[in-house]
Amino acid sequence: MKVKILYLASLREQLGKPGEDLEIPPATSTVAGLRTLLMARGGAWQTVLAQGKALRVAVNQEMAQPTTPVKPGDEIAFFPPVTGG
Amino acid sequence: MPVRIQTKDFDAGAEIAALRRDNPKIGAVASFIGVCRDANDGDAVTKMTLEHYPGMTEKALEKIVAEAKARWDVMEALVVHRVGELKPTDQIVLVIVAGAHRGEAFAACEFIMDYLKTRAPFWKKEETARGTRWVEARTSDDEAAQRWEPPKSSAA
Repeated sequence: MKVKILYLASLREQLGKPGEDLEIPPATSTVAGLRTLLMARGGAWQTVLAQGKALRVAVNQEMAQPTTPVKPGDEIAFFPPVTGG
Repeated sequence: MPVRIQTKDFDAGAEIAALRRDNPKIGAVASFIGVCRDANDGDAVTKMTLEHYPGMTEKALEKIVAEAKARWDVMEALVVHRVGELKPTDQIVLVIVAGAHRGEAFAACEFIMDYLKTRAPFWKKEETARGTRWVEARTSDDEAAQRWEPPKSSAA
């Protein structure tokens, strides 16, 4: 299935791209699964998205949890903890 | 619209006047303005760039304002947040809450700021003599937001 991924703020700089349209296997059905899939690219992907790193994920512009489902056409954003205000 | 994201500066006096215009039921207006400081974590800051997640930012702020209005008896609320390049002394964020009485207005205003700090997708990047760096989130902001969470049920 096809999903749209965004990398924001420091993650965009560390991963070297603002986002991508990605075809992912149907078995990758959650936020945690997508994170694991991206980490498997190795290099910066593995270190920047590593478990234990402070990381937030939004699915279709709503804050998500590792167990949040990922469906075809979803917009999934990875970003660091927010620092506005 | 109770929420605005903009690059240009804001005028708190004009925004307050507009918010309470012709509403004789308003007896209290509480407001907060966040301002760009010239130092952070021990380093002088010369410039700051604020980035956000267009689309989600507006939704997240509208949800926070709606929750404040549901939890406290207030009539009007406005959030204006700037993005782009800012320098020390520049205004960053404005929150205004208007209601019949001050207690509810103060509480709703503080709640909106505490939730904005931890839930609205903004990121600050600052320029210091030691280079450019992304501002780290503070655990004290998480703790401030947690004050407003309903107590967890201890029932088994």
